[in-house]
Amino acid sequence: MKKTRRDFIKISAVGSGGLALGLSTIKIANASDGENGLFKSSHARPVLQNRYPTYCEVCFWKCAAWTYTDDNGEIVKIIGNDEDPHCEGRLCPRGTGGVGMYHDEDRLKKPLIRVEKDGKQEFREASWEEALDLVAGKLNKLKEEHGAESLALFSHGSGGKMMSHLVKAFGTTSIAAPSFAQCRGPREVGFAATFGETVLSPERTDIRDTRCLVLIGSHIGENMHNGQVQEMSDAIDKGATIITVDPRFSTAASKSQYWLPIKPATDMALLLAWIHVIIYEGLYDKDYIEKYAYGLDQLKQHVKNMTPEWAYGITTIEPDVIRKTAHEMAAASPAVIIHPGRHVTWYGDDTQRSRAIAILNALLGSWGRRGGFYNPEKVNLPDYPSPGYPKPKRTWKDAFPGQYKLVDEVLSTGICYSSIPNPDMEFNIKAWMVYGTNLLASLPEQEKTIEAIQNLDFLVVIDTMPMEITGYADVILPECTYLERYDILRASPHREPYLALRMPAVKPKYDSKPNWWIAKELGSRLGLEDYFKWENIEEYLDWQLKKVGSSLEEMKKIGIKKFPREYEDLYALNGEDFEFNTNTGKIELYSTELASEGFDPLPKYTHHREPDPGYYRLNYGRAPMHTFSRTANNPNLTDLMDENNVWVNPKVASIWGLKNDQYVYLKNQDGVVTSFPVKIRITERIRWDSVYMVHGFGHADKKLTRAYGKGASDSEMITNVKIDPVMGGTGMRENFVTFITELEKKEDRS
Amino acid sequence: MRYAMAIDTKKCVGCSDCVVACQTENNVPVGYCRDWVVESVAGSYPQLEIEIRSERCNHCDNAPCVRCCPTGASHIVDGGVVLVDPVKCIGCGACIEACPYDARYSHPDGHVDKCTFCIHRVEKGQDPACVSVCPTNCMYFGDLDNPNSDVSKALATRKYKVLAPEAGTKPQVYYLV
Repeated sequence: MKKTRRDFIKISAVGSGGLALGLSTIKIANASDGENGLFKSSHARPVLQNRYPTYCEVCFWKCAAWTYTDDNGEIVKIIGNDEDPHCEGRLCPRGTGGVGMYHDEDRLKKPLIRVEKDGKQEFREASWEEALDLVAGKLNKLKEEHGAESLALFSHGSGGKMMSHLVKAFGTTSIAAPSFAQCRGPREVGFAATFGETVLSPERTDIRDTRCLVLIGSHIGENMHNGQVQEMSDAIDKGATIITVDPRFSTAASKSQYWLPIKPATDMALLLAWIHVIIYEGLYDKDYIEKYAYGLDQLKQHVKNMTPEWAYGITTIEPDVIRKTAHEMAAASPAVIIHPGRHVTWYGDDTQRSRAIAILNALLGSWGRRGGFYNPEKVNLPDYPSPGYPKPKRTWKDAFPGQYKLVDEVLSTGICYSSIPNPDMEFNIKAWMVYGTNLLASLPEQEKTIEAIQNLDFLVVIDTMPMEITGYADVILPECTYLERYDILRASPHREPYLALRMPAVKPKYDSKPNWWIAKELGSRLGLEDYFKWENIEEYLDWQLKKVGSSLEEMKKIGIKKFPREYEDLYALNGEDFEFNTNTGKIELYSTELASEGFDPLPKYTHHREPDPGYYRLNYGRAPMHTFSRTANNPNLTDLMDENNVWVNPKVASIWGLKNDQYVYLKNQDGVVTSFPVKIRITERIRWDSVYMVHGFGHADKKLTRAYGKGASDSEMITNVKIDPVMGGTGMRENFVTFITELEKKEDRS
Repeated sequence: MRYAMAIDTKKCVGCSDCVVACQTENNVPVGYCRDWVVESVAGSYPQLEIEIRSERCNHCDNAPCVRCCPTGASHIVDGGVVLVDPVKCIGCGACIEACPYDARYSHPDGHVDKCTFCIHRVEKGQDPACVSVCPTNCMYFGDLDNPNSDVSKALATRKYKVLAPEAGTKPQVYYLV
């Protein structure tokens, strides 16, 4: 087998053609706009001229908004669309700061092709024509030699749909998003096993009308999942009880009536003890359980000995607190939400923990009830006419015979593992197309990701920014930002169905192009013209909109449109007959599906590894002003937070002699040391057995002039991964770090 | 007429959207800000409290910045809003020293700059940019002389405090606690 040696190329190696045009500052505004009507300034307030509908692409919440341009046609601000239930006219800091994605002078500007010059690999600028021809040539060759199935697509964001369409037409179904196996997968599988339905995005949590919200490690307010943040704020106003379980005093914990400072990795014991109290004190919704649920007797027997006293010894949460919080939930029932969380790949038994959360919700009768979980609807948009996709002879699951039968989505780590040649594997992936996801930061086990990349025949990356993943590409295709392009319509599930339009407010900067254009151009080069029969995306969108009684013209004016619900069943389970999509047709407290696949039908507590002396469990999460690692170079958002720090308890700081703002390197249990030093933050908000850092920093690509070398990467420290046997999720919270206080490791922070 | 702002510390999550919205609304250069977020933690694990505050110019009734300004650039307009006239401002920085809230900064264009309560929006009947974007809806703005304004209603029903009352500046940004 041919091995492609793939050096990581820093895009700064590009010649002078790649020079930044510079941040376009707002030009002089007209004289009447000064604060007193006389003042002229290079920083006068912009004169607003036009607004264009969009929906945000800084995170997956996709809030609908208006992009405002000034009298020079330059983008000046983005304001939420009042009609949108995702945001109610109020964007979060990342949405407001989305202008920085457009203005970022470090953006990818021209297609780049990896070449070898004097024995050294570097990127050379290319025309779109040349770059697309090269990609199509490589893909055609791949198809001939190994079959179309040996191509995999990793994608994240709205543009993924067009890229998926392209690769499905090409003949592969290996299409993965790290948002499943690295994030919300366990909860989807756990809830589906219980209720026959998943939680979806935006989550179907009816926080607005809840009387009791229970957060388990979920840090709403630090994760700015906009609708949930707004509804939680509403719930606080209305006096709802908030119970937060977190070893860290999170922002949400500080807003809660009850903060349970749990010992990390013991959440399952707390959940089982809550279930015990609810059942044995007869606090569950008896009519609801009788009518809708299966397996109460088995569950009751199962949790018999899982008393609050039992859980106290494991979780360090006192029995009376466990009881009192269970009583609070029961008092609010059915208007109670034990939140399913979003990033839930923690310890490898995460599907089972999600099951325990689902069971607790079921006992309290919150599924399908006001203040619990509502039944969402979305607009069913017809697909633009195109031929059927070829049926692939093999799929990614062929690499894992007999495994992951309950999994509907593709495991990104599964794709990664099956890209590493292995004689025992039936099937190998040979080429990757990576759209809008920086796999070096979004997948754990960087070494494996790099090994997989080194073994690929071909890697093409489509992105707006130079990220670590672009440094490994053979071809880089620069996409324009969401503010400069049309995209597919947003048709997300919500209380009422809505459609939102994204249209460009300005022409693409530099030589960047939108995803739909890239997909169509590649399609025509791969002989797939029939799949792209539309002239441009306006035609595609207008066709779709007319099928549902709107038009592109109308949507350009309003940005977002509400459609009537098809069924009046927002809260469906108030005694009405209902058949759940499970084997028994009921809510499965006892999962027949898990039992038939050989997994525990009822969730069990498992003891997880604890830190060795001198090591601390690495917990990580979000800051409200950043999304993943993709905003780390955004000028507006780095202005708010330009590096992460590592939170340590004062007791730990005193043992190590640490000072606030001191830089240290972190070393994990496998001896891996962070590439860059990170600042210490000494705070009472963290337990003494763990540390905390915000994800997405410590970028190694020098072309990210604001993000390079700022803070440390938590992903780098995640080398121990606990695979969830049910759905292949990658549990990432069994990694432990210690401090290297002497900065003997040579600093490279130029 | 007396404009004022009330900010609910029980709801604020410190996301700093108010800071970015102010920057894009008022073209505040990146690297500077007219408003900012403060987090103070009290207690020790696990008996803890956090207060998060979005802070800005307090548009004081008894404004030391206006009293100390040698050119009259710092002045008070209808509704009690404290403004800086950038033409009259010579950038001496006396007001920056005088302000107990550290609410003013030297703009790269050579004058002093600070929060205007977005008076250009308020005159059109809109809320200040920070108030209008806040995802937690934790800020209330309006006329204290009008008992039905959002700010009057908030102050009528909640416990509140002001910052540095001992400075005697009579600040008009209130924190609901």
